[in-house]
Amino acid sequence: MITVALDKSAEDARPWIEAAKPSRPEAMHPALVDTEHRLADLYNIVNVPTVFWIDEAGRIVRPNDVAFGTDTFKHITGLESARHLTALRAWVKGEAAALPAGLSARALQPLPSDADQQARAEFGLGEWLYRAGKPEAAARHFARGGELAPHDFTIRRGTMPMRGADPMGPEFRAMRQEWAAKGNPYYRPLADTGARSEG
Amino acid sequence: MADDATFTIIDDGRPTAVPARVRDGAVRLSREALERAIGWALKPEGLCRDAMCVPVRGAPVESADGVDLAGVATALGRPLAVDVAERAAFLGVAAAERARPLAALEAPDFTLPDLAGRRHSLRDHRGKKVLLVAHASW
Repeated sequence: MITVALDKSAEDARPWIEAAKPSRPEAMHPALVDTEHRLADLYNIVNVPTVFWIDEAGRIVRPNDVAFGTDTFKHITGLESARHLTALRAWVKGEAAALPAGLSARALQPLPSDADQQARAEFGLGEWLYRAGKPEAAARHFARGGELAPHDFTIRRGTMPMRGADPMGPEFRAMRQEWAAKGNPYYRPLADTGARSEG
Repeated sequence: MADDATFTIIDDGRPTAVPARVRDGAVRLSREALERAIGWALKPEGLCRDAMCVPVRGAPVESADGVDLAGVATALGRPLAVDVAERAAFLGVAAAERARPLAALEAPDFTLPDLAGRRHSLRDHRGKKVLLVAHASW
């Protein structure tokens, strides 16, 4: 397992990484910090948590899925951890394929659009400006990125700590309600994408 | 253009400060500054890097004021975010380039630091199954 925190600083990520640190040394895994959202750019990640299953040959066998390791936030997210963990264990032991029969990783793999990449360039500029001590200028580009890719919550919500907004507070609640009112799910686990799984 | 003020061009995360002229929202720089910032050189056959050249179609990207950064981004098919007031621009990566490995289901390699600053790469885990988890405190 490799975990990557899309946070503005190692200090923001540290409490979460330390709380999740395995007690057994053999269970230790790289816990990385990605302040520039490079992983989001490479893997077309638009929200957290997002998980990928990658096989021994470096191939994505289960693309961008939503899974929580515990049920800590189940009352908010409505997502149970057990389903993913059971499937993951079966795949690791070689007892089951990475995806149920009839589901194709290629068909499920989301690809970025031009607007997604323009939004990520706006994020990149904003992140650099924030780091250069220009938070007001940064906020302009974060806002532009959110307009270009309204489904990208690594930008819309992930920049709240850099904009002085509470990512659990009123701006997030309003954003999520407005998104849901348009019929859009905030989390998109693969189990809900069966309709476009042919291929 | 030696007396032009400094402008920061961030090429996929890597910043370079070069002299540039900003007029009517357009960022123009010398051929030398362009190559230093993004590694692409403007030549008669187009924009070139190593053995590869990309033709520049449509309006010319170069005028007496220098090479137009937005025109270069368009010719390369790459997204460009510009902040004229702060004199900085970010040149991102094209959707087609990012889509290529994903469409082939090849997990893109990355190198990132842990809390102690030690760098780790995905490729170090070849031969093992990997659960890759993106999370955040927000």
